[in-house]
Amino acid sequence: MSKKTLRVSKIKDGTVIDHIARGRALDVIKILGIDGRSGGIVTIAMNVPSKKLGVKDMVKIEGRELNPEEVDKIALISPRATINIIRNYRVVEKQKVKLPSIVQGIIKCIKPSCISNSKKEPVKPKFYVVSENPLRLRCHYCNSILEEEDILKQF
Amino acid sequence: MKRRYDFTNRDIVSIRGFTREEIDYILEVSHSMEPLAERGSDMLRGKVLAELFFEPSTRTMLSFQTAMYKLGGNVIGFAEPGVSSVWKGESLADTVRVVENYSDVIVLRHPLEGAARLAAEYAKVPVINAGSGAEEHPTQALLDLYTILKHKGRIDGLSIILMGDLRYGRTVHSLAYALSLYDVDLHLVSPDLLKMRREVIEDIKDRIKVTEHTDLMEILPDADVLYVTRIQKERFPDLGEYEKVRGSYVIDLNVLKKAKDDLIVLHPLPRVDEIAVEVDSTSFAKYFEQTKNGVVVRMALLALVLGAIK
Repeated sequence: MSKKTLRVSKIKDGTVIDHIARGRALDVIKILGIDGRSGGIVTIAMNVPSKKLGVKDMVKIEGRELNPEEVDKIALISPRATINIIRNYRVVEKQKVKLPSIVQGIIKCIKPSCISNSKKEPVKPKFYVVSENPLRLRCHYCNSILEEEDILKQF
Repeated sequence: MKRRYDFTNRDIVSIRGFTREEIDYILEVSHSMEPLAERGSDMLRGKVLAELFFEPSTRTMLSFQTAMYKLGGNVIGFAEPGVSSVWKGESLADTVRVVENYSDVIVLRHPLEGAARLAAEYAKVPVINAGSGAEEHPTQALLDLYTILKHKGRIDGLSIILMGDLRYGRTVHSLAYALSLYDVDLHLVSPDLLKMRREVIEDIKDRIKVTEHTDLMEILPDADVLYVTRIQKERFPDLGEYEKVRGSYVIDLNVLKKAKDDLIVLHPLPRVDEIAVEVDSTSFAKYFEQTKNGVVVRMALLALVLGAIK
């Protein structure tokens, strides 16, 4: 076995999230609600050399395939990540996450006085992506700017 | 008029939804409303304006009512948050879907930011934002521009100061954005605690020159327009801090000695003591006239969104 496979071994079924921006692996874990108290094996690799990114993080989750909403959440904090769905040791689906220009329903506005935070109203929070790196979003309703840290705090 | 725009059924939610050309057009239509404000008109006969004021207001509410009556229309509505349906817990989305069946246009004031946008998404009739939280007050910004244009004959090329509570004052947010569509030098004067919100500055800094100050005297001598807003005591966690800064943001004859003779002083009102009464009788004072201009601007907006002027 080469050193590489020793470090990041293959999984039978599950998801490999590759090309995560350096230092973001733990945020991805947090976003996916993984706390290590249940579920299958989770492997985190940080500071892995990468041709594409120079250095990247990776997360392998055994026994779980991500749904589109989870993929969108990852796009918020690591817009260049790739998602590989693994079944029986083979990659059956490979997709790049894509940060949409409008982010809807995943996160909340930081301003308590924004109508999108009103429990009484039939309203879904909606944000426009102002910049991807650093991530900044603008609330459709109150125009507040959400910085990356405001977004990470919500997961 | 140079170019016409069809505003029929359009919501007036945020000043950010307008181009400069559209604002220029609204100001032209406002000017054409001046004689109608004097003698009245039947332009909106049979039309009903619903005023939904979830927050207290005197001037804006009366101004819209006057505008509607001057054009021959009628007004219904409420002006207190304790009104029955709201007290029973009805959502804003439901309220507007009921009220649209009684009216042709809705004017909304609400304590939550973004409320007018949500109302506009649900209402079939046009919604005009008459102030939402600390966020926006687009019709005030339009009447401010109209007043500047009326006295200066132009907006481009002016040096304009916004002073006071720039953080929570909704009128200055809308006005700063509107001014950024013109070629102006914008100076923001406030105590550190009440500086302009970063999202507003972000929006405008690429289009116009914006500078921030704590001392009015640094820039007053070159200014053409001084827009004053009230600094509210309750914004300060420490009363001592408030007492320390309040005197620096009061306009009186002594301060105005340093100003150009043709400076105009504006204020969205109500004023407390940030402009001394002695200024009222000078040629600087245009703040009471602003309220008159508010009527013609709102007449123009009502006529436009109701399709009476295309």
